Order: sequence, then structure tokens, then C-alpha cells
Amino acid sequence: MSGYFSTPKSNLAMRHRVGGVWKAIFFLSTAIGLLALAVLVITILDDVFGLVAVVDKVDRTTLADRPLEDLEKDELLAILDKKVSVNRLRTIQRNGGFTLDEIPAGEVYELVIAEVVKPTVEESYPLFDSLFKRAEIEAEVAQKHPDATIYFYSWLNQRFLTNSMSTTPQLAGVRTALFGSLWIIVITVAFAFPIGVGAAIYLEEYASRSWVNRVIQTNIDNLAGVPSIVYGILGLAIFVRTLSALTSGKAFGVEGVETGRTVLAAGLTMGLLVLPILIINAQEAVRAVPNSLRQASYGLGATQWQTIWHHVLPSAFPGILTGTILAVSRAIGETAPLILVGASSLINKDPQGIFSYFTALPIQIYNWTSRPQAEFRNIAAAAIIVLLVVLLSLNAVAILTRNRLTRRAP
Amino acid sequence: MTETLEKQHLAIETRDMHLFYGHFRAVKDVDLQVIPQKITAIIGPSGCGKSTVLRSFNRMNDFVPSFHMEGEVLFHGQNIYATDVDPVMVRQRIGMVFQKPNPFPKSIYDNVAWGARINGFKENMDDLVEQTLRQAALWDEVKDDLRKSGLSLSGGQQQRLCIARALAVKPEIILMDEPCSALDPIATLKIEDLMRELSEQYTIIIVTHNMQQAARASDHTAFFTMDEDRAGIMVEYGETNQIFTNPRDKRTEDYITGRFG
Amino acid sequence: MENQIVKQQVIRMESAEQLVIHKLRKRPRLGETFIQGFLFFCGAVSIFTTIGIVFELGKESLLFFQMPGVTLVEFLTKTEWQPTIGKFGVLSLINATLMTTLFAMLVALPLGLGAAIYLSEYATPRARSILKPVLEVLAGVPTVVYGFFALTTMTPLLRAIFGEQVQVYNTLSAGLVMGIMILPLVCSMSEDALSAVPRSLREAAYGLGATRLETAVQVVVPAALSGIIAAFILGVSRAVGETMIVALAAGSGPNFTFDPFQAAETMTGYIARISGGDVSYDTPDYNSIFAIGLLLFTSTLLLNVISRRLVARFREVYE
Ligand SMILES: Nc1ncnc2c1ncn2[C@@H]1O[C@H](COP(=O)(O)OP(=O)(O)OP(=O)(O)O)[C@@H](O)[C@H]1O
Ligand SMILES: [Mg+2]
Repeated sequence: MSGYFSTPKSNLAMRHRVGGVWKAIFFLSTAIGLLALAVLVITILDDVFGLVAVVDKVDRTTLADRPLEDLEKDELLAILDKKVSVNRLRTIQRNGGFTLDEIPAGEVYELVIAEVVKPTVEESYPLFDSLFKRAEIEAEVAQKHPDATIYFYSWLNQRFLTNSMSTTPQLAGVRTALFGSLWIIVITVAFAFPIGVGAAIYLEEYASRSWVNRVIQTNIDNLAGVPSIVYGILGLAIFVRTLSALTSGKAFGVEGVETGRTVLAAGLTMGLLVLPILIINAQEAVRAVPNSLRQASYGLGATQWQTIWHHVLPSAFPGILTGTILAVSRAIGETAPLILVGASSLINKDPQGIFSYFTALPIQIYNWTSRPQAEFRNIAAAAIIVLLVVLLSLNAVAILTRNRLTRRAP
Repeated sequence: MTETLEKQHLAIETRDMHLFYGHFRAVKDVDLQVIPQKITAIIGPSGCGKSTVLRSFNRMNDFVPSFHMEGEVLFHGQNIYATDVDPVMVRQRIGMVFQKPNPFPKSIYDNVAWGARINGFKENMDDLVEQTLRQAALWDEVKDDLRKSGLSLSGGQQQRLCIARALAVKPEIILMDEPCSALDPIATLKIEDLMRELSEQYTIIIVTHNMQQAARASDHTAFFTMDEDRAGIMVEYGETNQIFTNPRDKRTEDYITGRFG
Repeated sequence: MENQIVKQQVIRMESAEQLVIHKLRKRPRLGETFIQGFLFFCGAVSIFTTIGIVFELGKESLLFFQMPGVTLVEFLTKTEWQPTIGKFGVLSLINATLMTTLFAMLVALPLGLGAAIYLSEYATPRARSILKPVLEVLAGVPTVVYGFFALTTMTPLLRAIFGEQVQVYNTLSAGLVMGIMILPLVCSMSEDALSAVPRSLREAAYGLGATRLETAVQVVVPAALSGIIAAFILGVSRAVGETMIVALAAGSGPNFTFDPFQAAETMTGYIARISGGDVSYDTPDYNSIFAIGLLLFTSTLLLNVISRRLVARFREVYE
């Protein structure tokens, strides 16, 4: 500072110094939030990829004189015949819905590995250790498991996506859980979308300021803040227990499902859970439609419903759609209500319809995370990636459709 | 008169001042010399850049990201836009009263005391509050309950509170941007009387849309208008009397006689 | 002849008039009424939901308190919780919930408020438009993922810092991670409150020669205080109701302790663990879920209502 302004009128330099320090603190708060996100992502990646030490139950070299990959199909079949019991082979073919003769050599090879060689992961190492401490890892493995082979492994792979649940981490996959989540979401949307949009239209377009409508509005706002586990308790009491005849399908003559712990119960529970959020989002979209549009329509002699159906809803649609997708993405990640309505992580049969027992992606993550073995952490992390990818693509779809629809609108 | 002497006698002087919002030139080439301890009015049609000019005198425009300026604004002979000048210091010396009364949601007392306190005022705060409230002709109306919220006052009282608040920092210049536009005629007259009194100690620059107000209350008047690119220009500047009775420029005449536009 | 024509015309005009009158007359529109009825029903579904929650929680809780050995006084004052052997003191669960909530808010309040002040008072519009959505990604991450994070990263980190005294499951780790989860909520609600403070107030402060910090902390934050408190209260409500993080990282098994390094089960954690197995109906375990659920529901509802009141009051002042 120079000239006139340098006359010290107050403790200004000090104040600026304090201001600078606090600015740094405020910035740091923001940065910590961002850092947390980064660390979260890194933690997950750290567990998805990394070195594994694998020991084969049966030494591969005793099975054939060449590497197994190079064998012809009939040679592989011969190994299967020799090493696996006839009953087991039959079970495999029945469960898989194929016969050994039909399938290509590649799949027979997979069978040989799974049924005969039975490689087991003895140790698994996180990504960053694998990258930077490889020598130490190799030394450790050589000492603890002399006959183990070490290689780099991605726990997130094609097999992980297509296999169903298994108690062996390398063989476990998320197919059943993915289908479970999908079914739940379909039911959630089918239930919550029409009712949610209907309620939003009612509250924005029809409702007078009577006490009934104020109660409805307040109630919706409060429901949006109810913890998800309370919805789970509600689902357990109503859909699983009280309405078990409906949710198990007995009332419709469906056999084989004894309790109400089905996809349907889960979907309806989730529907109730996302309903308030969906209504609030849809209300916002409807409210954003300019009043001039409604007046133009009334001016042409349209009824209220014609106005809503032909003018209000189409212009509110992009907003409603995004709001719905946001609400649904909440449902995909919710875990607690599913625990209560009886998702079971041990299920390995894909849901066949709305009256099936089920598991879901977050349930698998929960279950695998809570096990102590490192390999389960690995597949939990892989499942998290699958879940996050699903969520991200949903949000991307929401943004893209909104952009496209709003651009087309006049 | 030598140049330095002249400088000493000016409260604010602008040289080739151009003011921009992004690429838009809001104000073009203003050379204005504000005389100390006088009331200077800035008048002109809406959108001609009066507020922009006024706010550039204490660097309030710094908070508009797209704003930038060319030229110089001299205060005691020093360019307040020089890189080594602290805008906070500028605003301590050049206070501001805004169009809409904007008291803090604090007590009347704290409204007045806050500015002085942050600026390191160490003497008797009660005295300062009383003194400035008296100066702002508000003391008698509020002395019974200084703990009341500033928001509980009437609009005119709020505006006087804002003036008191500005005075408590002990500035040299007070900028007022249409300070009476939200007030009724009685409250307006009160503020005008107040300005007259304050002008014995302070330099006051006031933006107003009210022609009578400018004629009544100011010593000097600057008339601004827009040129064909919608940039604000200063058309005429002189003694208020002369501007209103004998304008030199046709545009000024049209405006003050209501034939504008 | 002429007369007749006139007559006819008169008749025609009269009937036309009647036609108009007939057309203008209000008629019941069945379709419209039906639709409106349906839409009202949609709105009412939320009422049924609330009634369902209150009814089911109330009914089963009543059964719970009618069980031999359970009294409300014991429920609310005893610290040992073991329904299977007749110990029904919910305080240990409440204590763990309060501990995790406390740790969460110790993280979420200062960081969330700090970030909000940075975003609303310091960041350029460009920086804000990038930083805000990134922070909101944090809010969109499912809580089970945070649970994973707590168990695999936060706990090992705490053990590295504080040593073996930190148990594998502990309330501190769960609480801290919960704080990260709640941070975006506190941040974005506080930021809304801060940016709703009119610009004229900031200008008034700057006009008096205040620095940015003085303006932000002494003028803007106090003016937005009720909005910030609302954000804080809603954050507490979230923390109390959060399940997956505590279920994974805080530990299973009730434990009345104030040691943040020890495992202790929260109310939500208990509900999740008990219902995770195939809990059979009408057992002490089953009914206790509802009693604790009722406690959870009423406390979070109370917090939410207070928070919404504060926001409404804040809006009244500035809109
Ligand atoms: N923050 C801003 N960003 C961009 N342009 C602005 C901004 N503020 C003002 N302008 C533009 O600058 C020009 C001058 O505005 P200014 O507010 O100074 O006019 P004014 O003479 O004070 O008008 P009024 O008498 O209505 O208050 C106008 O064209 C206005 O649109
Ligand atoms: Mg103006």
C-alpha cells in the first residue's frame, strides 16, 4: 500500500490475514468433501483389482501332458469322465440346462477347472500393495504357499456378472442379485410412478387450500424424511405378514412360495419409500409449467383435465422423468428395507416373476462386506462397482433425456 | 491554481473513466470532479449508468465478476483502482447508502456499532452510537429501545439508520443511490434536511430520479444520458442552479423539462 | 303468410336461445369427476402410508409392552438389552445411536458449513458450478457403500493412529463415515440458506469497509442462522435413522459404553441384525423391532418437523 491509504486507520492488515486464514479453512472443508469422494473411489478400486495367490487342488500337470488350454474337447471330456462322479455330472447338466455334447470346448474347459482342478485363492492383495510391493508379496507367498501361482486378477470380470451366488468367492457372481434389483425396480416404478404423478397433479392443479389438502402436503413432506428402515418395518408388517396371501401369490394359485418375502413385497415397500420423493419432484415439475399455457388452453374452452392432459403434463414430462429417475436411483441403493422384507443373500436362483424369493445388489454387498475373509471384500468391492455403474448410467440417462426433451419443446 | 492544489480540493476526480460489464460498455469516458463538503447530484434516464458510476467510486462493482474499468478514479490524488490499493480501505473512507433500506437483522445499536467495531473503534461505543443516531436525526425516535431489531423500524427510519450506520465508520464521502425512492414525501424531506446538515462535514454524492430533489438539495449536478450504443455519457456538469435554469446542452434541457424520450 | 314467417322466425330464435342456455348450463362431467377422484386417491395414499406406519408400530409395540417383564420404565431407564433373557433396557442402543450421531455431526457440521460458506461467499460462479455437483455425487452414493468404506478404510486408519485399543467394530469409525455421508446434505441446505440472504445485506457490510470474512461470518451467517440450524437438525435426523453404516461398522451386540473405540449396537443396527435372520412372528425379538422402530420414527419425525418449521420461518423473512 502506498500514499494516502497507507495511513493506518485500523488493524486492517491483521484483519486481512485472519480473512485469508479462514478462507483457506473454508476451502479446505470443501476440499475434504472432494477428497472423501476420491478416497472412496480409490478404496473400492483397491479391492477390486490386485494380485492373488492361487493353489490348485489337483496339479494340472497330472491331468494331461500338455497345458489344459490346448486340449481338444474330447480329451477334456475324458478328464471329466475320469475325475468327476457320474451323479455330479448329471446334476451339472440338469442345473445348467445343457448336455456336455452340445457345449463348446471353452465351456468344457471351464468345467474341468471348476470341478477337477479347483483352484482356490489362498491370498489376495489390494491393488496398491500389488503395484508397489510386489517383491514382498512374492516372497511372502513363496514362503507360505510354495506351490501357489501368483497373478494379477480383476475380481470384476465377465464371470462375476453372469454367475449366481456361490459360497466360493471366485465363483460367486451377481447375476441373481442384478435380476432381483431389476424386478424390484420394475415393481417400484409400476407402483409409484402413476400414483406419484397423480398425487402431484392433484396437489398442484386441483387441491384447494382446504385443511385436507394441507394435511396431505405436510404429510408427504414429513414422509420424505422417515428413515428407510421404518419403511422396511412397515413392509414387513403389511406386505410380508398381513398380506402374505397376496404377496406370496397363494391367492392367485401360485405354488411353491410359502411366505410373503417376495420380490413383490420388496417392490411395494420400495414404492412406498420413494413415493414422497417422487411426488415432491413431480410437483416441482408441474409447478414449473407457466400459467399462461393453462390460460391459453382454458381460453379455447378446454376442460381442466383436457388442459392437464394435453398441455401441462407434456411440458412437465421431462422434469417428471428426471425426478422419477432420481427417486428410483435412491431405491436401487437402499439396503435396510430389503433386509427387513426378507431378502436372502443365499439365493442362487434367478427370480422367475413377482412371486419369487430374491436377493438384490446392495444385499450382496452388505453380506459380502460383513464377512471377514479378504476375498469377500474383493467381490463386495466388485459388486459396488456394478451398483455404482448402474446408478451412474441411470443418472446419465436422466440428464440426456431431459436435455433432449427440453430441447424439442418450444 | 497549480494542479496539486486543485487535486487537494477535490473529493473525487475521474479521468477517462470507462466502465464495462463484460463486453458491454456501460459508461463511457467520464471526467468528473466532485467538490468536497458539497452535495453533488447525478441525474439521468434509467439505465444510463448512474448507479454504475456511483458504485465505482468505492469499488462496490468489484463484486460483479464481469465488471472492469479503464481510466482512473482519484481520491486524494490517488487512483483507488491502483493494484496496491485495498478496496476495504476505500470503503472505510467512502461509505454508501443504498436504494432500499437494508439494515442488518440485528438490534439498532448493533447496526450502528458493527461497522465501527470491525474497523477497530476502541473508544466509548455508546457515545458513538448516540452521536451518530443524533446526526442521522433518528435518536429521539429510537433512544428508548436500542435493543429493538433494526428491521422493526419504518422504511424512513430504516434508511436513517443506514445513514447513521455509514456515519459511524467516519467516512469522508457518502454515496447515496436513490436513498429516498422507497420513502414517502415526509420521510424524503427529512432525509434531504439531513443531507444538508451532513454536507457541512461530509462530501455527499447522490443519485436521484427526483428532479425536484436534485434541484432542492444539491449544489452541483451531473447529467448523464445514453449515447447511440447505449453507453452512458456525462452530458453536462455544473452548479445545480445553472443546470436547472440555464442548461447548455439541448439534451439536458429536454430531460429536466420532461421532454425526454 | 307474412305473419307466419315472422312467427316461425320467432320460434326459431327462441329455440336457438334455449339451445345456448342449454349448452351453458352446468352439466356433471362424469369423466372429469372420476379422474379427480382418482387423483385425490393418489394423494391420499401417502396418508394411508402414515396411518399404516403409526398403526403397525403402535400395535406391535403395545404387544411388546404387554409381554411379561417389559415395562415402559424399564425400557427407557435400563441399560441392558437382551430380549431373549428378559432384559429390556433400550438405553444401550440409544446411547450408541447418540454416539454415532455425535461423531457424524462433529464431521458434518463444521465441514458442511465451511464448504457452504466457501461455495456461497468465495467461489466464483464457475467454480461453484463444478464443485456443487461433485459434492452432490457424495449424497447419491448408497449408504451400504459407505458402510464398506468405514469397515475397509476408516477403521484400519483409526487403528493405525490409535493402535490396538480400537476394536474392529467401533462407533467412532461408523460415526465419522456417517459424517461424510451427511456432509453434502448439511452443505447444500446451508448453502441454500446463505445464498437466500439478500445481496443488499452483503453490500451494506462491504459499504462499511468490512472484509469478506467479516461480511460472511458476522452478517450473512447470522442472517441465515435458522436455515443453517434446520440443516443441522435434518442432518441429526439422518444420522439417527441411518442403518447400513452402523450395521456394518459399529458392531453387533448391545453395549452400554462411552468409549468411541468399542463396538456398540445402535437402534437401527439392532433392527437390521434381528430381522436379517428369519425372525419368527410374535416373539420378543419380533415385537421389539417395532418398539424400537416407534422410538426411531417419533424422534426423527420430531426432528424433521422442527427443521421444516425453521426453514419455513427463514423463507418468510426473506421471500
Ligand atoms: N451487474 C450487471 N451486469 C451486467 N450489466 C449490468 C449490471 N448492472 C447494470 N448493468 C447494465 O449497465 C447499464 C447501466 O446500469 P445502471 O444500473 O448503472 O443504470 P442506472 O442509471 O442506475 O439506472 P436506474 O436509474 O434504473 O437505476 C444498464 O444497461 C444495465 O443493464
Ligand atoms: Mg440505479
